[in-house]
Amino acid sequence: MDIPDAAPEKINIFPTTSKLSRKNSWDHIQARWGIRRGHHRVIPGLYVLGNPQPSAPVFVTANYTLSFDALRSTLGEMDTYILVLDTQGINVWCAAGKGTFGTAELENRIEICRLQEVVTSRLLILPQLGAPGVAAHEVKKRTGFHIEYGPIRAEDLPEYLKTHQANQAMRSVRFNLKDRITLIPVELVHVLIPLIIAGVVIYYLGGLLPALATLLAIIAGVAIFPIVLPWLPTHDFSSKGWILGMLVTLPFTLAMLFKGAAPVWWLQVGIALALQLALPVVTAFIALNFTGSTPFTSRSGVKKEIFVYIPLMASLFGGGILLALGAILVHNLGRM
Amino acid sequence: MFNSYVKTSLHYQPTKCINCEICLDVCPHGVFIPGKKAVQLAKPWECMECGACQINCPTSAISVDSGVGCAAAMISAALRGKKLDQKEECT
Repeated sequence: MDIPDAAPEKINIFPTTSKLSRKNSWDHIQARWGIRRGHHRVIPGLYVLGNPQPSAPVFVTANYTLSFDALRSTLGEMDTYILVLDTQGINVWCAAGKGTFGTAELENRIEICRLQEVVTSRLLILPQLGAPGVAAHEVKKRTGFHIEYGPIRAEDLPEYLKTHQANQAMRSVRFNLKDRITLIPVELVHVLIPLIIAGVVIYYLGGLLPALATLLAIIAGVAIFPIVLPWLPTHDFSSKGWILGMLVTLPFTLAMLFKGAAPVWWLQVGIALALQLALPVVTAFIALNFTGSTPFTSRSGVKKEIFVYIPLMASLFGGGILLALGAILVHNLGRM
Repeated sequence: MFNSYVKTSLHYQPTKCINCEICLDVCPHGVFIPGKKAVQLAKPWECMECGACQINCPTSAISVDSGVGCAAAMISAALRGKKLDQKEECT
């Protein structure tokens, strides 16, 4: 029996522009504040910008709105194609680390979008930070598409495209003050609930000064640490964070000692000492967790930090808590 | 002291290198530099073990125990009873 030829299915290509709308900007603000996490997605597939020739190169990116928008907004008047991989709404770098921005998904997306039929060029330009997930030589072997790793930042693309050569500055990750400040809102949102609980509990147990000291120790780890990161002494994040924590806790400890905030002198000394023991550890722990947000800590190094510092942190923190609770308990027993 | 980031798991075998220089392109920390017959390992201590060079090296001249250098992911993996060496998931 003859099977009639199915009419060739139309290739689905989405039109897009290089202009960012107000809606896009609002979406970016939400993403930076951790609002509706996981909802900042673009539909994966092939997009067309302007009116490209079939010989135009194809840019590849992740289906995270911040990634896609950074790419298309920098391409300006260019007529070209953008292939959006399904990275489940995760940025290029993190998705490449996970493998979702990877060889398999790239080959799969090329096939789904029938890229061979749309373009005559066989050139894909990938962001450099997608490289941990993609084996360029494998993709070439299996699909015929040659991969060129463009610059790390989309903003360098116009310069890069003049020669298709990236200089060392374009190839190097940076983590400047602006980059670090950009990360603070989402980190703040993460600690908001623990922050409120810790503040209230400690206020009822120890009073205003210890509660304020605790809030500051947490906020120092989340908001001050990223800013002062390069200027804090030592190399490890834990030790840097601990030093910062010592500095921000010290004024409260001194105030506790000299302002006579507690009814008896030994309770005062006990709580002051407890603060100075336990709180810098909180800052240090948050600082250690910041390693995942930086573009330079190696896994070997982070693992080493965890093994060296976590037991120390646990001892200091536990010691501080025991000291404070002990002092409060003895004082209350004495009053009975 | 206070520097856990001196040693990494990066291992390079120059004898296998065909000097295609793809590692120079993908490394975000300039760990490799051009050489006459083979690329040279210039700043191994800068390596963040992202694995980009390893996966893109066509002759497997580079190996690295790649993974995400993220304490939060590693600690939560450890708390869930997983080994620290397993691939962690970022959230």
